[in-house]
Amino acid sequence: MTSQTNSSNVIIQAQDLSIFYSSFRAVKNVNLGIQRNKITAIIGPSGCGKSTVLRAFNRMNDFIQGAHISGKILFHGQDIYAPEVDPVQVRQMIGMVFQKPNPFPKSIYENIAWGARINGYKGNMDDLVENTLQAAALWDEVKDNLKKSALALSGGQQQRLCIARALAVKPEIILMDEPCSALDPIATLKIEDLMRELSEKYSIIIVTHNMQQAARASDYTAFFTMDDDRAGLMVEYGETSQIFTRPQDKRTEDYITGRFG
Amino acid sequence: MASMEISQSLTKTTGTSISKRLKKQHRPAEKLIQGFLFLCGAISILTTVGIVFELGKEAWLFFRTPGVDLVDFFTTTTWQPSIGKFGVLPLVNATLMTTVFAMLIALPLGLAAAIFLSEYASHKARSILKPILEILAGVPTVVYGYFALNFMTPLLRSIFGESNVQIYNTLSAGMVMGIMILPLVSSMSEDALSAVPRSLREAAYGLGATRFETAIKVVLPAAFSGIIAAFIIGISRAIGETMIVAVAAGSGPAFTFNPFKGAETMTGYIARISGGDLAYDTPDYNSIFAIGLLLFAITLMLNILSRRLVARYREVYE
Amino acid sequence: MNHDPFANTAHNRDASGLARRHRTGKTWQAIFFSSTVIGLLALLALLATVLDKSFSYVAIEYKVEPASLAAKPLDELTDAELVNLLEANLSKNRLRTLDRAKTLTQRTHSDLLNLVYENILEPRALASYSISQWITNSQQIRAEVAKKYPHARLEFRAWINGNFLIDPLSGDPLLAGVRTALLGSLYLIAITIAVAFPIGVGSAIYLEEYADKKKWYNRIIQTNIDNLAGVPSIVYGILGLAIFVRTLAPITSGAFLGNADSNGRTILSAGMTMALLILPVLIINSQEAIRAVPNSLRQASYGLGATKWQTIWNHVLPSALPGILTGTILAISRAIGETAPLIIVGAATFITSDPSGPFSKFTALPIQIYNWTTRPQEVYRNIAAAAILVLLISLLSLNAAAILLRNRFSRRHA
Repeated sequence: MTSQTNSSNVIIQAQDLSIFYSSFRAVKNVNLGIQRNKITAIIGPSGCGKSTVLRAFNRMNDFIQGAHISGKILFHGQDIYAPEVDPVQVRQMIGMVFQKPNPFPKSIYENIAWGARINGYKGNMDDLVENTLQAAALWDEVKDNLKKSALALSGGQQQRLCIARALAVKPEIILMDEPCSALDPIATLKIEDLMRELSEKYSIIIVTHNMQQAARASDYTAFFTMDDDRAGLMVEYGETSQIFTRPQDKRTEDYITGRFG
Repeated sequence: MASMEISQSLTKTTGTSISKRLKKQHRPAEKLIQGFLFLCGAISILTTVGIVFELGKEAWLFFRTPGVDLVDFFTTTTWQPSIGKFGVLPLVNATLMTTVFAMLIALPLGLAAAIFLSEYASHKARSILKPILEILAGVPTVVYGYFALNFMTPLLRSIFGESNVQIYNTLSAGMVMGIMILPLVSSMSEDALSAVPRSLREAAYGLGATRFETAIKVVLPAAFSGIIAAFIIGISRAIGETMIVAVAAGSGPAFTFNPFKGAETMTGYIARISGGDLAYDTPDYNSIFAIGLLLFAITLMLNILSRRLVARYREVYE
Repeated sequence: MNHDPFANTAHNRDASGLARRHRTGKTWQAIFFSSTVIGLLALLALLATVLDKSFSYVAIEYKVEPASLAAKPLDELTDAELVNLLEANLSKNRLRTLDRAKTLTQRTHSDLLNLVYENILEPRALASYSISQWITNSQQIRAEVAKKYPHARLEFRAWINGNFLIDPLSGDPLLAGVRTALLGSLYLIAITIAVAFPIGVGSAIYLEEYADKKKWYNRIIQTNIDNLAGVPSIVYGILGLAIFVRTLAPITSGAFLGNADSNGRTILSAGMTMALLILPVLIINSQEAIRAVPNSLRQASYGLGATKWQTIWNHVLPSALPGILTGTILAISRAIGETAPLIIVGAATFITSDPSGPFSKFTALPIQIYNWTTRPQEVYRNIAAAAILVLLISLLSLNAAAILLRNRFSRRHA
């Protein structure tokens, strides 16, 4: 299954991507092109490799012993797994927000400033902090005390701080690994609104097991499932409205109508 | 084709091509730091190499001295360098005696304490008794030596008679060593007992067993290898202990089985010889290394054995 | 008779069997409890022994009676009056020697008092009776002293007092203090930490953050460290003797700095030996502290495009630091009490001058305790006991600091 959409707007593309943990193939033969400045959701039952695929986009899988890939991931046409590519640089350009909020045990200000600083930011830090907190819809709630510890914030606030922190290093793509699964419904909605705003400047890929969220919040959806050899594969990809109203593959239809998964 | 357009358009907008931005950066500092840290880890290897090499070298010199015979070393019972006698048995015998006396105290009491703390004690009792045992473990051994000489020996002398018990004797030193090792045996045994899953205990209680029966017939056998490991570590500690025996057991090798008499252990010998005037490359100097090597080998084997046993019970339960 | 509640049930269990089992259980519970308490009793006995001998009644014979020197008790005299006494009673040579060491008029009050005692009064301790002996037998002791030492007086002496900490070592047990030994221990610990801390924490970082645990050489390093932790301290002493004292003598003796009369038995050698001794334990503790840092923290850092070292230095280490420090303090408290390696590496048995640098000969607190304990005269047992109290109190404070540190840390991150 390949994605057949406007190819000149593809910012990052998986080509025949398979992901292995030592000799076990966890994901097989993914061909997926992500549209620039759109929100792409990756959905599917648990264990089908959604997070694995997401983490392949910013080479976070490199930290797992024995993890390797075959195929390519082209970022602006350049394979990010090429030997001359620095994974540290990849992660500056492709940011990530994790399932459970993980702010540093530092102040709100420092959380944002630190990432920018190590990536060589030399401009006005106060402005950067304010701008990213505004973009993450958190500024009004914390502007009176930026020195407060990040750990004192609520779960939803911490997650928005993590988003601001990711924005501060000026990525082009933001990967979100089930960012709302640890949050309450109100915080979830705030994040979804935020995603919509952010997609004007960034490209967002979100893994979610919440189908309603995918249907509400994304422009494109990729549906994954687990094959008989326990490897994940992409079944179908398309505009969200099409996937959820006229799915072309029976497996997709079964999943979104709740017959399994 | 399409990708070429994209990368060209990006070049126009950002001024640097994407491949350049993604290219590996030279980070010499990272490599250097990693190298330095690896060296730190390797220093520990150097320590072991140093121990084996230095001890081995001098021990070899010792066995090459005329008059020193390897077989005699291990089998004769006189150690008197002045007349050329180098039989290590008196020292080994004294070490064994003090170890046995120590284990007679540390093993049963340590295990009993472990059973109490693991199977019977309330939270409050544990919170008081455990720290006390930890304090016992933290007392420096030279203080225990003082205790042996100034409390245990007079006690033994008053019980068994001053003419029967010498001022320096292996029993007193051994018993105090046992007290010192008790917390070690207790805490390791307790770890082994606690590792036995609660479900096993509940099965026994469910069948109507008393707490004692459960502890002894179900939990203890299940934790057996861990407890043996604790015993072995205790023995290893006793063999390597120096100060208590140096102060209280006696100075001067003596081959005797009488616990009320003084006899110098391997460790006590090393301490005494190196505390005096030490001329390098004399048989006395070299003998320290031979005996030290023997000590190292024995304790190393015991420790490895013990760790294997611990790994085995961890495997079963974790 | 048998009041077993089950006696009337239809099952008719073997009632006496159940009661017997419970009785057995209770008996053994008492045995187990007693075994645990024996540890407490031993600790109390130890403390009692030490405290008992820290205070005693001493039969002292003065060469010159203090009362004959001055009308007031000696410690009420002024500095000037003490100097006068010295000048009146000592030979010119002796005065000159003392003055050259440090000008008499510039010496402290307690220093002058010591001089008076040492040089004029010349007290000799003939016998010492511990507190417990005094309480039970004071009449007999008085009689015995009157008979055996007619010229001696019985004085009460608290061996553990402020002066004990300040006075230098002396051949005379009545005048001895532990200052020299304390300073020696402090210098020793300083060198030990300076060497062991960076290497230990560095190894721990390497093993936990960088090393691929499957590679054979990394597994050997880890196993080796675990083994080294169990090696008896005396073997480390022998190693130190061979390598630092002997082989590296040109460095450790300070010969390259031009000290002609020197050998490798210096604080430097001893400090490096102790560093090797505590290194394995320090590494293992630090490893645990680093392992306890949650992985989500590392992931957050990497996700922002940080390098490995940036992540470790900025996030992992600060988070693991309290655990590492606690482990270090515990390693120090072990090192402070170690005696055997110091004996072998050549701690001096008698030394009166304070250590002046890493290349000095040295003594340490546990060495002094060992020396004094092995002397036959009872008075030495007293000062040994006092020194033990100093050692135990230092250890107690250190461990209390470690526990406080651990509690503060767990509260902050709760």
